[in-house]
Amino acid sequence: MLSIDNILETNRMIHDNKLDVRTITMGISLLGCTAVDGKTLCNRIYDHITKEAEHLVATGEAIEREFGVPIINKRVAVTPISLVAAGSDLTNYVSVAKALDRAAKTVGVNFIGGFSALVSKGYTEGDRRLIASIPEALATTDIVCSSVGIGSTKAGINMDAVAQMGEIVKETAALTAHQDALGCAKLVIFCNPVEDNPFMAGAFHGVTEGDTTISVGVSGPGVVKHALEAVRGKSFDEVAETIKRTAFKITRVGQLVAQEASRRLNKKFGIIDLSLAPTPAVGDSVAHVLEEMGITSCGAHGTTAALALLNDAVKKGGLMASSHVGGLSGAFIPVSEDRGMIDAVAVGSLSLDKLEAMTCVCSVGLDMIAVPGDTSAATISAIIADEAAIGMINNKTTAVRLVPVPGKTVGEMVEFGGLLGYCPIIEVSPFSAEEFIKRGGRIPAPIRSLTN
Amino acid sequence: MKIVVTVVGVDRVGIIARVAAVLAKNEVNIVSINQTILDGMFNMIMMCETDDKNSLALVQQELAGEGESLGVQIQAQHADIFVSMHRVG
Repeated sequence: MLSIDNILETNRMIHDNKLDVRTITMGISLLGCTAVDGKTLCNRIYDHITKEAEHLVATGEAIEREFGVPIINKRVAVTPISLVAAGSDLTNYVSVAKALDRAAKTVGVNFIGGFSALVSKGYTEGDRRLIASIPEALATTDIVCSSVGIGSTKAGINMDAVAQMGEIVKETAALTAHQDALGCAKLVIFCNPVEDNPFMAGAFHGVTEGDTTISVGVSGPGVVKHALEAVRGKSFDEVAETIKRTAFKITRVGQLVAQEASRRLNKKFGIIDLSLAPTPAVGDSVAHVLEEMGITSCGAHGTTAALALLNDAVKKGGLMASSHVGGLSGAFIPVSEDRGMIDAVAVGSLSLDKLEAMTCVCSVGLDMIAVPGDTSAATISAIIADEAAIGMINNKTTAVRLVPVPGKTVGEMVEFGGLLGYCPIIEVSPFSAEEFIKRGGRIPAPIRSLTN
Repeated sequence: MKIVVTVVGVDRVGIIARVAAVLAKNEVNIVSINQTILDGMFNMIMMCETDDKNSLALVQQELAGEGESLGVQIQAQHADIFVSMHRVG
């Protein structure tokens, strides 16, 4: 029997601590849509997505109403387009991105991911065309997200791709300069990308997945912070236990929503992603969880240890609450999407270097960070290489989503709007890595890749 | 279908009667009623049951309307969210 305290606790989490389900993401395989004629390909993609995801938004909204828990986003992730379009006569994939955009708008989702290529070891012709199309695709569509996998623990790092992605990020920024380089907020560069990530901008539906799956990303940094307020001054043993218990409860809600969505839509349940995802709203910040542990301002010494504990405890608590855990699963630290991180950059406690250290112990990487518009392509590539090296050596996913804002410099504010948030521009090292990036080739797979 | 109805607000005459009337009209059976004062606010929880074919959305809508005229917040939720969160097995 449920007690009155149980019911009030759940509703307090939802109303006061901003517990929500961050996203229901439908992964759709487009492998059956291939065609030689580009127009036919685009039509098939549009038709297939609008058929599969027709009821996604309405079902999500019905679940939201019935259970009384907000489901913030409904999204679609598709097979990497570099594979789907490879056999077509298209030399540029912008028309495919536009078909994705139209389909996503027709079904009413707020983002569609999968304008992607996986080039950890090398490029195919399809990969080349896709990557070259990214700047224009992101500038001429509204809700298409793009990602490129440039390295993995098994394959090493494709430094040609790293060098090219620096240029692509700059081009995307230039083409969307009138929107403070918003295009870059929809582009993620991965090491060890995962095939079942429900979160944007890096979601795509991997080729090892089935036809159509439902995955759910939970949230709830506000709930964790509230729970930690009750153990102020207590030892880390108690802090870890408190986070685990809270993560369990949060994940149970995600599991329920995923099961319901999967049943009602008659699609297979994929995974629950245990990530603690913040929003710019007050009371929904991962940085504030770290500060609740005793760090004065996020980024101060001790932050990495606090984040390591948080990330691990969230996984341990969430794991038992769900039948299938996957995706990125950890604490996210997207700067512009987290009120505490934004404030920490503004007061000068959080630097790019500290963020890089933090990415060693959490998911996912240098995320939603605005840098000066005059940052060179080679410097962006070097940042990508550093981050990829952390992922490759530590056998984890790392990503870079940097926004070099044209015409703006350190300290100025950038506003992306909505969940993408806002943030002050952060300083990058003024010392050049141009010669390093120019070398090209591959950084070999590390010794730890030889596990057989 | 098990439903949990939560009423939060300033106490006044007739809350239970009017909420119960809406539930009865929609063929929702009240299994138990609990109430407490938390942070100076009146909190009431009703555990209810209704046939699966009945529309929860309609009950929610009517209760929300009644809550507005009573000056309290009334929420009706599928009980599974609480069971999932607080019960293992």
